Amino acid sequence: MIDTLFHMVLVLAMPPLLLGVIGKTKAAFAGRVGAPFLQPYYDLSRLMRKGVVISDTTTWIFKAGPAVTLAATLFAALLVPLGKHAAPVSFEGDMILFAYLFALGRFFTTVAALDTGSSFEGMGAAREVTFSCLAEPALFFALITLTRLSGTMSLTPMLNHVTSPVWVAAGASLILLLAGLFVVLLAENCRIPFDDPNTHLELTMIHEVMVLDHSGPYFGCILYGAALKLYLLGALFVNIAVPFASGNAFVDWALFALSMLVLAVAIGVVESVMARLRLIRVPQLLVAAMILTAFSLVLVVR
Amino acid sequence: MTPGLLFTQNGSAVSREEIPEHSGERFCETLISAIDGGWRVVSYFGAAEADAVRLYCILSFKTHAALGIMSTAVTGNSFPSLVEAVPQLHLFEREIAEQFGISFEGHPWLKPVRFETQLASLPAVPPKAPEKAGIMDFYRVAGDEVHEVAVGPVHAGIIEPGHFRFQCFGEEVMHLEISLGYQHRAVERMVLGRPGLRTLKCMEAVAGDTTIGHGTAYAMVVEALCGARVPAKAEAIRGIALELERLANHTGDLGAIAGDVGYLPTASFCGRIRGDFLNMSAELCGSRFGRGLVTPGGVQFDVGRELADKLRKRIDVARREVTNAVELLWDSPSVMGRLEGTGVVSEKDALDLGLVGPAARASGLNRDIRRDHPFGIYNVTQLPVETAKGGDVYARTLVRWLEIEKSLHFIEEQLAQLPGGSIVSPAAQLGENRMALALVEGWRGEVCHVALTDGSGQFQRYKITDPSFHNWSGLAMALRGGQISDFPLCNKSFNLSYCGFDL
Repeated sequence: MIDTLFHMVLVLAMPPLLLGVIGKTKAAFAGRVGAPFLQPYYDLSRLMRKGVVISDTTTWIFKAGPAVTLAATLFAALLVPLGKHAAPVSFEGDMILFAYLFALGRFFTTVAALDTGSSFEGMGAAREVTFSCLAEPALFFALITLTRLSGTMSLTPMLNHVTSPVWVAAGASLILLLAGLFVVLLAENCRIPFDDPNTHLELTMIHEVMVLDHSGPYFGCILYGAALKLYLLGALFVNIAVPFASGNAFVDWALFALSMLVLAVAIGVVESVMARLRLIRVPQLLVAAMILTAFSLVLVVR
Repeated sequence: MTPGLLFTQNGSAVSREEIPEHSGERFCETLISAIDGGWRVVSYFGAAEADAVRLYCILSFKTHAALGIMSTAVTGNSFPSLVEAVPQLHLFEREIAEQFGISFEGHPWLKPVRFETQLASLPAVPPKAPEKAGIMDFYRVAGDEVHEVAVGPVHAGIIEPGHFRFQCFGEEVMHLEISLGYQHRAVERMVLGRPGLRTLKCMEAVAGDTTIGHGTAYAMVVEALCGARVPAKAEAIRGIALELERLANHTGDLGAIAGDVGYLPTASFCGRIRGDFLNMSAELCGSRFGRGLVTPGGVQFDVGRELADKLRKRIDVARREVTNAVELLWDSPSVMGRLEGTGVVSEKDALDLGLVGPAARASGLNRDIRRDHPFGIYNVTQLPVETAKGGDVYARTLVRWLEIEKSLHFIEEQLAQLPGGSIVSPAAQLGENRMALALVEGWRGEVCHVALTDGSGQFQRYKITDPSFHNWSGLAMALRGGQISDFPLCNKSFNLSYCGFDL
């Protein structure tokens, strides 16, 4: 019970902090002070208090987009274990639901973008679906590798199974898997080198351009949902990358939260030392991620 | 040498009677043979006369620092278009067509340039009222999977207004058409009459980031018309200010290019260092953009020993900082991978379109007014011309960096050996019935000012050609066959002026 409570508090409250840490890291690399760590929370509270402008050409889909996306992401949040704990909801095969809850969210984001009829948003939608259909196989290869290692298709036992002995036995495979998963994490969350979350240049955007017409609380939902998605995929990554468990629940929660912050710093570093890829190079990198995770599967199946 | 041209030098004035006036046919023949012989069009414009429009063409020949002038009178409402043989004329012809209602026969693309009201019209031809800016017949590509993307005139960033129309096939751009004119202020009309303090202010505001460039060109025109000699010290200070302007803008551009590819360290550092260079301009004259420094006859602010030493120290610091910031770019493979091969303008296209400035040099064209038609301090100090091959965003970035290095060196050298003496010589009455022309290599490229005076020594026609006027077509070419997502990066690598074009 207390674990479920911790799970809910972390998953609801912590995601925007990751964005704050990424922003601070990037600012440090650029020689600036940067916005406060809590800036994303201020932004969200500001957006929630704002009014909304809705284009006359849109239908209910435009308003449903952010809501469905956020709801799907929140549901997915119940399926991922945070650290070596049990997730609130867990059943055999939930990893497939987890993957397709994100797909559902993406479907509604793109449909809402197409609903505006803007040429920019259509372009963004086309890019998003093209790239995500390349990122999806990589995620599945990673999950299948874990299934093969743990013998289950449920996220909680599967991820809790990855402990130090497993790393010793299948280290090479897990390293490949993590590398592929990190690429998917960056791509799915529109980070550099795939997309630049800070740019104002609508012609170069992938995800941001699809939400240009949303404002106020709708936009707040989108931003919060994006932070949550980063948090969940990050949790998946951290669960595999940090195979330690002390046995003391509180120490483990602290270890998990700390690992997430370290991951945010790592993302910030990658964003600072790399430029964005040319858009036509993005599929190549995603295919590379797919190959990495495919080989990790080959290594455990052989 | 081509016959039929009046030869002159940069920064000089000629009597209007001496300018050869050809028949339309001879004019066209001379123009085409001059271009074949390696001449280049610097400016081509019309001026209203009693019952005709006289077209003046100014050509440049690199190796002899020669400028050639010729003219023809158009009495009918049409004139043959030479665009097919001389593509670099296409925008000039459109401009004349718009300003005087002359139709250029055979011009493939006779569309408005700035949607301005006509300067004059021929007798028996009623002037046409201009359309609202941006309302024109855009080129369209038809097909099932072809889509059109319209960007602007209101943009997401704080930049000037301009409309861009892309014809895309998926992510690939088949054609980009640029429609400007939103910033048209009629500067050329405003400065007619007797030049004064207000004229200088207008000139400095033609393109705010090229204040020194346009200010110097205007000052050279007035000096040529009244025969004033600029003191040596003033020439040196003008040179320093012009190079500081180049430094500030090039540094800002390198930062903006880095920002566009999402490479933050260089973007942030260059943004700040640009401010340092602007502050050095402020040390010279109290304005970060150099307003009020250049005046006909010299400069308005002296540089003493103490200020020169202080500036040298600051240049030294800035050199170290900008080198560090820019070297991060060259050392990042992901940045290089992003810049190389993006937005290529081939040398042939650059030559045909008549590109100028860093954009032309990046495509391998070796042209620079500071060397080809030296003026002021550049008559005595040579600056090496930096070129690159490739014509891509990388080449335009590299040329900017190489020019930064040379400009830093130039400024240090000039500050160390500033001549003494006065800084301004008194201006006299402007000569009557004369044409003066001045070319200045601003940071963006060649700034051309031409003035025609009437019988009482007043400006009857003043023609400004900003480098952006030559280069916008280069940007459109760079995108052809490229990716639409590369547009912002290509745009930054050209960094053209909207108001300098719109006038």
